[in-house]
Amino acid sequence: MTQLRSRYLGMDLRTPLVASPSPRTGHLDDLLILDDCGIGAVVLPSLFEEEIEAEAMTLHLRLEHGAGTSAEADDYFAEMEFDHLGLDRHLQLVADASSRLQAPVIASINGTTVSGWVSYARDLVSAGAAAIELNMYAVALDPAADALQVESQYAELVRRVRAAVDVPIAVKLSPYFTSLAHFARQAVDAGADGLTLFNRFYQPDLDLVTRDVTPALDLSHPGELRLPLRWIAILRPQLPATSLALTSGVQQGTDVAKGLLAGADVVMTTAELLRQGPARARGIIDELSAWMAEHEYESVDQLRGSVAAHTSADPAAFERAQYQRVLRSWVR
Amino acid sequence: MACVDGNEAAARIAHLASDVCTIYPITPASTMGELVDTWSAAGRTNLWGNVPTVVQMQSETGAAGALHGALQKGTLATTFTASQGLLLMLPNMFKIAGELTPAVIHVAARAIATHALSIFGDHSDVMAARSTGWAMLSASSVQQAQDFAAVAHAATLRSRVPFVHFFDGFRTSHEVSKIELLDEDALRALIRPSDILDHRARGLTPASPVLRGSSQNPDVFFQSREASNLAYAAVPSIVQQVFDELAERTGRGYHLVDYHGSPDADRVIIVMGSAFGAAREAIDLLRSRGERVGAVVVRLYRPFPAEELIAAIPASVASIAVLDRAKEPGAAAEPLHLDVSLAVAERWALQHPKRPLPRIIGGRYGLASKEFTPAHVAAIFDELRRPSPRPRFTVGIIDDVTHLSLREDPEFTVPTTASQSVFFGMGSDGTVGANKQSIAIIGESTDLWAQGTFVYDSKKSGSITVSHLRFGPDPIESTYLITEADFVACHQFGLLERIPVLDIARSGATVLLNSPYPAEEVWDHLPAEVQAQVIDKQLQVWTVDATEIARSVGLGGRINTVMQPCFFALSGVMPRQQAIDLIKVHVEKTYARRGRAVIERNFAAIDRSLVAMSQVTVPERVTSSVHRMPDLPLAAPAFVREVIGPMLQGAGDRLPVSAMPIDGTFPTGTAKWEKRSIAQEIPIWDPSLCIDCGKCTIACPHAAIRMKAYPPQALADAPDALKHKAYGGNDLPEGTRLTIQVAPDDCTGCGICVDVCPARSKTQARHKAIDLMPADEHRASERVAFDAFLGLPEVDRSAIRHDTVKGSQLLQPLFEFSGACAGCGETPYLKLLTQLFGDRMVVANATGCSSIYGGNLPTTPWTTNAAGRGPAWSNSLFEDNAEFGLGLRLGADAQRDEARRLLEELAAEVGRDLAAELLDAPKPADEPGMARQHARIAELRARLDALGSPQSRRLASLADALAPVSVWIVGGDGWAYDIGFGGLDHVLSSGRDVNVLVLDTEVYSNTGGQASKATPRGASAKFAIKGKGTGKKDLGLLAQAYGDVYVAQIAIGANQTQALRAMQEAAAHDGPSLVIAYSTCIAHGIEMSTSMTHQKSAVASGYWPLYRYHPSPEAGSHPFSLDSKKPTIPLHEFQQHETRFAALERSDPQRARALEALAQADVDERWHHYEQLAGMERSTPAQAPAVDAIEVPEVTEAGSS
Repeated sequence: MTQLRSRYLGMDLRTPLVASPSPRTGHLDDLLILDDCGIGAVVLPSLFEEEIEAEAMTLHLRLEHGAGTSAEADDYFAEMEFDHLGLDRHLQLVADASSRLQAPVIASINGTTVSGWVSYARDLVSAGAAAIELNMYAVALDPAADALQVESQYAELVRRVRAAVDVPIAVKLSPYFTSLAHFARQAVDAGADGLTLFNRFYQPDLDLVTRDVTPALDLSHPGELRLPLRWIAILRPQLPATSLALTSGVQQGTDVAKGLLAGADVVMTTAELLRQGPARARGIIDELSAWMAEHEYESVDQLRGSVAAHTSADPAAFERAQYQRVLRSWVR
Repeated sequence: MACVDGNEAAARIAHLASDVCTIYPITPASTMGELVDTWSAAGRTNLWGNVPTVVQMQSETGAAGALHGALQKGTLATTFTASQGLLLMLPNMFKIAGELTPAVIHVAARAIATHALSIFGDHSDVMAARSTGWAMLSASSVQQAQDFAAVAHAATLRSRVPFVHFFDGFRTSHEVSKIELLDEDALRALIRPSDILDHRARGLTPASPVLRGSSQNPDVFFQSREASNLAYAAVPSIVQQVFDELAERTGRGYHLVDYHGSPDADRVIIVMGSAFGAAREAIDLLRSRGERVGAVVVRLYRPFPAEELIAAIPASVASIAVLDRAKEPGAAAEPLHLDVSLAVAERWALQHPKRPLPRIIGGRYGLASKEFTPAHVAAIFDELRRPSPRPRFTVGIIDDVTHLSLREDPEFTVPTTASQSVFFGMGSDGTVGANKQSIAIIGESTDLWAQGTFVYDSKKSGSITVSHLRFGPDPIESTYLITEADFVACHQFGLLERIPVLDIARSGATVLLNSPYPAEEVWDHLPAEVQAQVIDKQLQVWTVDATEIARSVGLGGRINTVMQPCFFALSGVMPRQQAIDLIKVHVEKTYARRGRAVIERNFAAIDRSLVAMSQVTVPERVTSSVHRMPDLPLAAPAFVREVIGPMLQGAGDRLPVSAMPIDGTFPTGTAKWEKRSIAQEIPIWDPSLCIDCGKCTIACPHAAIRMKAYPPQALADAPDALKHKAYGGNDLPEGTRLTIQVAPDDCTGCGICVDVCPARSKTQARHKAIDLMPADEHRASERVAFDAFLGLPEVDRSAIRHDTVKGSQLLQPLFEFSGACAGCGETPYLKLLTQLFGDRMVVANATGCSSIYGGNLPTTPWTTNAAGRGPAWSNSLFEDNAEFGLGLRLGADAQRDEARRLLEELAAEVGRDLAAELLDAPKPADEPGMARQHARIAELRARLDALGSPQSRRLASLADALAPVSVWIVGGDGWAYDIGFGGLDHVLSSGRDVNVLVLDTEVYSNTGGQASKATPRGASAKFAIKGKGTGKKDLGLLAQAYGDVYVAQIAIGANQTQALRAMQEAAAHDGPSLVIAYSTCIAHGIEMSTSMTHQKSAVASGYWPLYRYHPSPEAGSHPFSLDSKKPTIPLHEFQQHETRFAALERSDPQRARALEALAQADVDERWHHYEQLAGMERSTPAQAPAVDAIEVPEVTEAGSS
């Protein structure tokens, strides 16, 4: 019998497959299906501070629009109790999921202010989150702020959240750090228990008819697996005590196997679950199990990191720019 | 202690003491219905642990009927109303009283519409109900609105006589005041359980069946009517008994009639309601000067307590003035005056046998919330001192026609221990809300007494609000506005140029300005007139840039939490830090359920406020070159300058009676003289990008973006500021120029024109053919351009197509510059109607938003063309608009028929050819035909003048009737779906040629967003807090059932051409037509700058399908044309952008989702149904001939032949 158990952020997981943040993990019904399928853990959709505030302020300003304008109407909306604003809804989801799922529930945050990161992290933990993932990404717009400043701010945020909560923290990284390995170490030094590689971002698109800027976020495709795969392999020996999660481009059990081979403690998937539905998780786990059985791996522990930078037959393959080899493969 | 307004004070008691509340919104009583509905929705219980059932009805008639039924079942029931609402309840009130049924109606007393509608307070409504047999209890203050509500609920059960409990609309209903709350135990003690059981025992039940409401014959009706006399006789003592019991528990003692003043008074006035407050203050001052004066307040008006009244009047009195807040034209005297006179005549000698009968005079005061002040009281006492006082008088106005008015001494003011503060703000800036909160802070956190009264102008965009706050160590009984303020705040810097803000400041007062300029610069930006007042009155001026602080912390234009701490700091009402802390506590309490961000941003504004406030150093002399906005231009007509002008300048109170039309008739075309300049940004046109589509002008709610096409010669003397481009079309002569022009002082800056503009720059996508730009930078040049634009010739109406957006927008709008909300979804329809038919239309307008922005003085947006023709407009009532419009049709038809008959008779004299042409009248939509007909009528008039015979003069007076009139019946959904539905249905069934335009905002917009039967399933609204559970009535489908009614459903923001076509087809349809127009509204909670484009989602989701049902007598016709495409987006995608749906999702998500699913099913089912209708063949039989043209068949003995 293949042993699929894995450890991530100090937590024992049934399997190394984790559902990463998506609309699927925002619905309790889907979360329960994932849980039934044996998912190792779930990461809930990010609590975006900007979104929470925008929702509250939009509601507030619209409810107040026209108030105190006319002798005939003090205002235009009935007095209601808004117990289900964005934060309430999110915390309720955390609470419901935490109490009903076997799998650990990891809450994700994207803050815009230091106080926001800290206070929302506390709220999420109070609601029952087993761990916090810091969805740490902001578009660095200020030409006067150098990379060091930006990275220092990120690290400081990790420290502040670390000081505020007593559950494990993972930091979800962007692939665009000039010196990724350096920042990964900084994040760990600041208190991160784990790193998630990599974040995928909203990328605005242009509408050629209206010439409007339109929001867009495409689902990942299999080729995207390779970037985090490389960095997991590189970071594994550098950060032996840190949990590493691979995300992006994971569609089948063999992708999970690759992630584990490279050194990930868990492998996350989003797009596949969005496309196929949450029950697809069982299929991925079965595929992993079958692959491990076929290749006579007894456990995830045995598999993990066996083809990392320090354990692969060709460590340099992860480190050099590989275009020559790729080109050769084309002419072959 | 609590700080509440009169409505809340009364409603709280009503909710505690009732099982059933039937409600319907009407100003100023709407708040009471809203509150009881809110409380019941939140599960608040009455005295006996039940959550009262609150049911909205379709009208006050319905509310009274349901009240009657609930009472007959033996439950405790109440309702709330005012004015026209009370009139609609009269039939049931007679019944309820005739059946001796305990009930209470709480009335915020308001003027009844006569020559004009007024939402403001007087006693004309309750006086119209005085014969119904209801007891009437009159409260004079907010405290009494609570106490007397309790007394009414108790006394009605003890006496079985139903009670009207009334207090003055606005003056008391909307005054926020510190009162002692009656605790529930005290109320429970007043309402005796045995009385409730007795009432219940009388309820209709099959277990103990009775017959009530019989028809009676002459033999017994009279005796039956007299059988209840003893019950009425007992009422006064019962009320006094309840008063006494209340006094025992609370220490607040009242009597049926109370007196305040000299025990040996020689002059007394007798009043009801809030006037007693002003009277008391004046009397105290006069007595301190040695005068022997006093005032009697009548608290129980029906049954009239004659004995108690005479007992209350000092026997020493020589003359009495009875004041009525009502007018009864033609009566011997006003109601209270008559009642008092009879009481004195009958009882004086009995009760004061040794004293001569006092002289009694009577006067009217305070109609429609006209101020009633201590100075007026003093003037009345002065009149009473005269050897021959006027037997009838008025006070508070200048009557230079019948010379009834008393002249008051403007210097007569009463000293006060209260600190008086006045705040000038604009709607939506939070000023009113903040001041209500300040009263609560002062009243509930200190030993001080506090009072707030709020005055609004009648605009819905850019409206000016004035808050009057008093606080001090003594109870505040000043039932009139502040005239000398210790503190004046101007929350909008621009107001300093528009209105005399500092007139109200007393010498040495503190002034706080919200100014965009720092303290060292603000002086230079003050108008010279303001500078002069600051210097002359030695005012202390402080400034803070609240707008910038509010903007920077993300509060938009809501500056309340910046200005409020500054007020507290400068007024010194409490230590600064204590004030800051209390403001924060209130902010937290108020917004607790709206999210942390709302509270934190308000806290941030509070924290930054005092730091940013600084004092202005006042120079010794006036330095400004800026002046207050000029009076009206000389070009304005005399009436506008002399009558409308003073109203615009806030001096309407000083207009004498002679200035007023005697029948409420006013000229149209007056809004154009009112230049409000409220937009911060105005649209600026770039002709190089414009594609002449007309979308901006058709969408503009205020007719503030105009389009004209004209010959190039017209530009001969045009200023450079007037931009123009080549006209892009071949329907007008080559070389024709086109201009799109903003009216810079009339635009509200709503941004809709920019949102709908499809033309973008090739090099900068953000730059459109029309962009919003800072008004300050462009207003001057755009004024020049707009003046020149107005001088350009109008297009030849016959030369262009009217069924295209562009063509229609070249037509002159005859509805312009209304005070509707910025982004209003209703007004574009009205404007378009006037472009199409303005010079031939008569409008019957139901009461509601459209009657307010259309007909609330000082000005009206309905206007005329250069020939002086334009829409004639009238508002009858809320409930009768369809019938009123039908009447206009009947009148027009009768005049037309008579004109045609006379013309036929005079054909030989006026010329047979001309007569024949005139008799072949065009349809209203036949533009060239109409132009020719008007020309013929002019010719006819000339010929008739020459004839000079009686017959020709008669025809001349009717000549206009030879041109067809397009009758438009306009109103909102509250009218069409609810209160006026019965009449609308009847009118639609009449076959008559009337056009009905329903401006469907799906909610009672004017009274503040109460649900109507047009409110969709799942939307939250007042009276449907938990989301309306039932679907929207399909009014169009109901109308189609008649077969011969033209019906269209349109959304001008989604499909302008279809809307245009529907209006034209409706006008052309020779029979009734109904156009239901989707009207976005601030009560939907949308971004109003997208008010028009948002309608596309309404249509794309199938929420608002577009269709036209065009009856046709042709066999095989498909009258139903589905004009919108099959839904392409789910309903959720449309609804999620609207607060009315989104709020429920955030309040009760489970119910919201359930209702949304049902609403989606509604959409699907309706679309399916409409698709089938579109495929159905239906022909409408030809119209029946007139009754007198039908031959009656002979009837034989065996039956019909």
